[in-house]
Amino acid sequence: MAAALQLDRVSKTYGQMRAVENVSLTIQPGERVALIGASGSGKSTLIRLASGLILADRNGSGSGAVHSFGIKVQEGGKLARDVRTARRHIGLVFQQFALSGRLSVLTNVLVGALGRMNALRGTLGLFNADERRTAYAALAEVGIAQHAAKRARELSGGQQQRVAIARALVQGAKLVLADEPIASLDPKSAKRVMDTLVTMSRDYGIALVVSLHQVDYATAYFDRIVAMNAGRIVFDGPASQINAAFLTELYGASAEELILPSQFVVPAPAEAAAPSQTVS
Amino acid sequence: MFAAADDAHRTATRTMPAPPVTPLTTRLFRLVLAAVTVVILVAAWYEAEMNPAQLWRDSGNMATLGADFLRPDFTDWDVYVNAMLETLAIAIWGTVLAVIAGIPLGILSAENVAPHWMVFTVRRLMDACRAINELVFALIFIAAVGLGPFAGVLALFIHTTGVVAKLFSEAVEAIDPAPVEGIRGTGGTWLQEVIYGVLPQVMPLWISYALYRFESNVRSATVLGIVGGGGIGMTFNETMRGFLYSQASAILIMVVITVSLLDMVSQRIRKKFI
Repeated sequence: MAAALQLDRVSKTYGQMRAVENVSLTIQPGERVALIGASGSGKSTLIRLASGLILADRNGSGSGAVHSFGIKVQEGGKLARDVRTARRHIGLVFQQFALSGRLSVLTNVLVGALGRMNALRGTLGLFNADERRTAYAALAEVGIAQHAAKRARELSGGQQQRVAIARALVQGAKLVLADEPIASLDPKSAKRVMDTLVTMSRDYGIALVVSLHQVDYATAYFDRIVAMNAGRIVFDGPASQINAAFLTELYGASAEELILPSQFVVPAPAEAAAPSQTVS
Repeated sequence: MFAAADDAHRTATRTMPAPPVTPLTTRLFRLVLAAVTVVILVAAWYEAEMNPAQLWRDSGNMATLGADFLRPDFTDWDVYVNAMLETLAIAIWGTVLAVIAGIPLGILSAENVAPHWMVFTVRRLMDACRAINELVFALIFIAAVGLGPFAGVLALFIHTTGVVAKLFSEAVEAIDPAPVEGIRGTGGTWLQEVIYGVLPQVMPLWISYALYRFESNVRSATVLGIVGGGGIGMTFNETMRGFLYSQASAILIMVVITVSLLDMVSQRIRKKFI
């Protein structure tokens, strides 16, 4: 089976700033990977490149190709013609939720079905009973079915993030890319969102790539960690190899930003993660 | 105390550099600017045939006019009400058509949604619609479809489309791009991105703009009649030409009341949406 996500020597430059430099990365179906790194290390850019929301450099050193499940997303600085086909099975979760705040929670989840349904019916908003049932079930699964009729913006941050996850579920995503999904949430909501993401990934065999700047969350929830610094992947391996000394070596002065004081005390890890993966 | 102030003053004069002097070139430039302004004002005075003396010379006419206007004559009130309703109808349809056309045109002239060449083309077209006054459009459409309210509707439609498309596109350009990316991520089409990502964000502002343009169009529609575009303006023009100043006064009072009432109601509604 083709890789859930395959980046082949992808670079992205903003003016003089090399945000992502010659990155290659393969994520297998069903795999869960945490992408860690300081602010500005290129995590978000990498996720936006993977989903085709931004284009890689045309004249990068490599081919700059991104494939998902064998379907091309972009190559050589150009979006694939049928990028919508690739996007259908890529669910996106953003730091700021990216919901339409004035639309109902249910509608925000229903748009996940747009890629699969008849374009005209989707454009007119004529979702059928089956799609509505699926959307409602997805909301129930993330625990907010009771808010289905409310406007999305009336929900708390953590609830909105779970709406976004429900949208990815309705989409039938086989790969979910989450860009700092818990960065603007309080600790309790953050844990709830991470639990939901990991549970969803495990139950449906969805590959999950989550960018985080909290290393403790990364080691608690994920087996495989990819660390970025200055646009390059500087570490790709099991979470058990991550420890404070390693992080300091990896990030130098900016390590403080990554190591929360709680890191080596916390993990009351979610059931989703095996305790042995946390570092002591 | 005085001594201290004096000291401070002396210190200041010792350490402070000389105050800046306006350079000669700047002073000359200001002088030229003033002279040019005066020349323009004088030339425009003669060009506009300004003649305040005429107000004195014809003070008899002014007195008759004023006296008649102070005795408004509402005998034909039902005629005026019908004419006023026609004016409102012109404004309603002129606005509705403009909003219907303005929605796609507004989206197509927003830089963050439409391709650059499209934005450029549509914007220039809308500029042309706005640049020409409703009255001029009314004269053009009277030549095309004849005297009457339909010419007024078309005139308001074209001009208002230009205004509404610009206002709508500015609202679109101010949106948060995140929800649009959310829709794009699900594999939605361009049109679906607009419907689920853009429209919910701009809708309150759009409704408010549309209502505001309706207010303005009621005012414009009263004037359109004067050139033959139907409605109360036409009736007003007829009374003025027949020297029926008391009736003209009644019509004006009616216009003022209607427009004020509509402004108040529409303002209330608009506040609800923002």
